[in-house]
Amino acid sequence: MSTPYAKLPAWADYGLIPVINLAVAFVVAGFVVMLVGENPFRAAVILVEGAFGKGQGIAFTLFYATTFIFSGLSVAVAAHCGLFNIGGEGQGYIAGLGIGIVCLAFDSVLPWWLTFPIAIIAAAAMGALWALIPAYLQAKRGSHIVITTIMFNFIAASVMVYALVGFLKPPSSMAPQTRTFLDGAQLPKLNWVIELFGAKIRSAPLNISFLLALVMAFLVWLLIWRTRLGYEMRTYGHSPKAARYAGISETRIIIIAMMISGALAGMMALNPTMGDQHNVALDFVSGAGFVGIAVALMGRLHPVGIVLAAILFGMLYQGGAELAFEMPAISRDMIVIIQGLVILFAGALEHMFRPYVQALFASISPRSVGIEAAKGKGA
Amino acid sequence: MAQAAIELIGINKSFGAVRANRDINLEIVRGTIHGIVGENGAGKSTLMSILYGFYQADSGEIRVGGKPASIKTPNDAIALGIGMVHQHFMLVDNFTVLENVILGAESDALLTKSIAKARSELERLEREYGLEVDPDAIIEELPVGLQQRVEILKALYRGAEILILDEPTGVLTPAEADHLFRILKQLKEQGKTVVLITHKLREIMAITDTVSVMRQGTMVATRETRKTTVEELAELMVGRRVLLRVEKGEAEAGGVKLAVKNLTVKDSRGVTMVDDISFDIRAGEIVGIAGVAGNGQSELLEAISGIRRAVSGSVMLDGKPIDLTGAADPGELRDRGLAHVPEDRHHVGLVLAFEENENSILGYHDDPRYLKGPFLDIDAIRNDARDKITKYDIRPADCRLKTANFSGGNQQKIVLAREMEQDPGVLIVGQPTRGVDVGAIEFIHKRLIAMRDQGKAVLVVSVELDEIRSLSDRILVMFAGRIVGERGPEATEGELGLLMAGVEQREAAE
Ligand SMILES: Nc1ncnc2c1ncn2[C@@H]1O[C@H](COP(=O)(O)OP(=O)(O)OP(=O)(O)O)[C@@H](O)[C@H]1O
Ligand SMILES: [Mg+2]
Repeated sequence: MSTPYAKLPAWADYGLIPVINLAVAFVVAGFVVMLVGENPFRAAVILVEGAFGKGQGIAFTLFYATTFIFSGLSVAVAAHCGLFNIGGEGQGYIAGLGIGIVCLAFDSVLPWWLTFPIAIIAAAAMGALWALIPAYLQAKRGSHIVITTIMFNFIAASVMVYALVGFLKPPSSMAPQTRTFLDGAQLPKLNWVIELFGAKIRSAPLNISFLLALVMAFLVWLLIWRTRLGYEMRTYGHSPKAARYAGISETRIIIIAMMISGALAGMMALNPTMGDQHNVALDFVSGAGFVGIAVALMGRLHPVGIVLAAILFGMLYQGGAELAFEMPAISRDMIVIIQGLVILFAGALEHMFRPYVQALFASISPRSVGIEAAKGKGA
Repeated sequence: MAQAAIELIGINKSFGAVRANRDINLEIVRGTIHGIVGENGAGKSTLMSILYGFYQADSGEIRVGGKPASIKTPNDAIALGIGMVHQHFMLVDNFTVLENVILGAESDALLTKSIAKARSELERLEREYGLEVDPDAIIEELPVGLQQRVEILKALYRGAEILILDEPTGVLTPAEADHLFRILKQLKEQGKTVVLITHKLREIMAITDTVSVMRQGTMVATRETRKTTVEELAELMVGRRVLLRVEKGEAEAGGVKLAVKNLTVKDSRGVTMVDDISFDIRAGEIVGIAGVAGNGQSELLEAISGIRRAVSGSVMLDGKPIDLTGAADPGELRDRGLAHVPEDRHHVGLVLAFEENENSILGYHDDPRYLKGPFLDIDAIRNDARDKITKYDIRPADCRLKTANFSGGNQQKIVLAREMEQDPGVLIVGQPTRGVDVGAIEFIHKRLIAMRDQGKAVLVVSVELDEIRSLSDRILVMFAGRIVGERGPEATEGELGLLMAGVEQREAAE
């Protein structure tokens, strides 16, 4: 009696609604493109072709997606525990400190496949540590995690400026970044996989951390739905009272969930640093932590959805860059507007079209609006 | 010639494989109170939800006042003069009564006119139907009985001629329930039509004119209330004879299992809710705590089960103390053999968004039976859930179904099955049969007595006097946080009623 409107079948819930949201976002974006005097259809073609048309584009799309998978998973893990971690940006940024130190120390002595695991641990540990303090404050003092994680984003930015103009920078250099990592801290590219399918790639930064992201997506699924810890997190996320009743410690579960979330956010730093630029530079995260929020929402907090949503956002980044290049009237800022519209419709207004879809379903086939497709003949 | 306010003709509704309503025909005569009874999951709420536009029937016809009606949303229902009072109130807690009543029915942007109009209209309704409630009171400060009145007012304000109430008395004290019935009679006298869903057959006998019985999605009978009996209705509902009072032998009480001494508990505002209470429960007995809701029973249960901090006093489980500082681990208490069926199954005892099988391990999720290392043993959990579903006849028998989609009574069985099947030494139960049908009440009572006979100590808190009297070997009456009397199971209802109302012990004994 508590659900006013009946449920939709799963395929509509997870497939149709995101597609509708996305379509509306693109229609509105199309109007914006028209407003600056360009042809929205041509713009759409450039965008999609830029992202998927050539092997080069695909590699870039997946490269961007890699970072978003990590940040999306980070948001999702916290969300399953009822926590809104918007500190992924800072947790990822500060992880660059760990990565920088590890890479500078080991790139001349170890091969990449030894440096990489150490860097993974360092990145995850830094991210987790950065999430630990807000988590502790939430669990013990009741300071709201949204506020504290935002503040920690700023603190992380300041710490990184300090580190990058200080001890991480080679003494002779003017640029606020580390020296270029040697071979021992450069991740192998994955472009050859795409080339296997016959596409040609000049140079693209897609690297092995994409595989790490996919592994993490699987591990997150395992954690949330198949482990005792995930069960406890979900219980607390749905009902803190039920968790208390079940003997789940509030402090413990908040701290653990946030540290896992922070660790995943930390790992997103591996891709742009060791995978692409081969250094740690100022602002290398550049908003990927926030994109993770939209990715997680659009992916309905499920790892499979998150991987798909991350690829979509990767496409917007890559195709958007092409678009800005091909259509002079469309600037970088316009691309940001389009991305913003997708975030708005897919994330913030996620439920806007749901009631209409439900009403539609109810009127065309009332029996399908239930837990599963109806069996047996109609009455 | 009596005129039909509502006719339902050939209504069908399925949820997946579950046929919640099949070929339902029902005629509700204008100006009567029409009761609907049926087992948990019989489809009563579903039928009313179809009438109120929450769900669409798969097939069938609804006629209101003789004319075919298409009811697609609650707004359509309201326009046709149908109002509904939900079991879980749909009020804005920090709004006033008046604001809640006009919510959604405002007629001008600045509200000044609406408010003035609503106030006079509200006053008229209150006078006419005996629905007194202060229009300027804030909802969250009102007791549930009055909140319910606001729901009724809301419906009447929108011009309801037909009022549907789904289990309205589940949350009310007996006095509040009596008042509600007086209001419903007034409504009837004024020519309104009332549809009342309830599990309490006594209420059906007391107030309805006609009663319809549902079983497994079908309408099995409609009777004139004065020509039927509680026994007949129970039998029609369940399809077999039901024991309305379960037989039980003498208790063979053993050693003390749970000892409560000088326990004092305050609520979050610092009000003393449990005031210096002491009692023992021994192995092999059922101790019942009677009392009007809100006299500290909930806080008592929470303190004993380690969920709420106690101010002073002690609780010993098998001779060893329970941590009352608020840092107690309910998980550890479970290991020590204390099981707890909480009063609030929706927010405490269950996670409604979980699948049934996930709820069947809540609190026991660290039991090695359900684990393979750090992983959940999904097969073990589901098999275990299926066993409980069979044993406790939980319907529908689908352990993958979301818990929110089970009917209220079946949700209660999920919690009871989980706690009883752990074979605890001490079982504390809050409102064991709230919202549960007669057949299931019989079943639950039998299980509780069986546990007693196996030498378990059972503490039952219930606002249902019948339940307390038929289950308990000893009855403690709570009033204003204190135990004001102890009686044997032979105590009369009148005697307990006086104690519950706080009338001095000595007087009550006379
Ligand atoms: N949204 C839903 N999805 C799937 N099944 C549902 C849904 N709502 C109800 N059901 C199923 O339909 C059947 C009828 O449920 P309903 O709530 O109408 O029962 P009820 O007679 O009101 O029971 P109770 O007395 O316990 O409240 C039950 O088997 C229930 O599990
Ligand atoms: Mg119901």
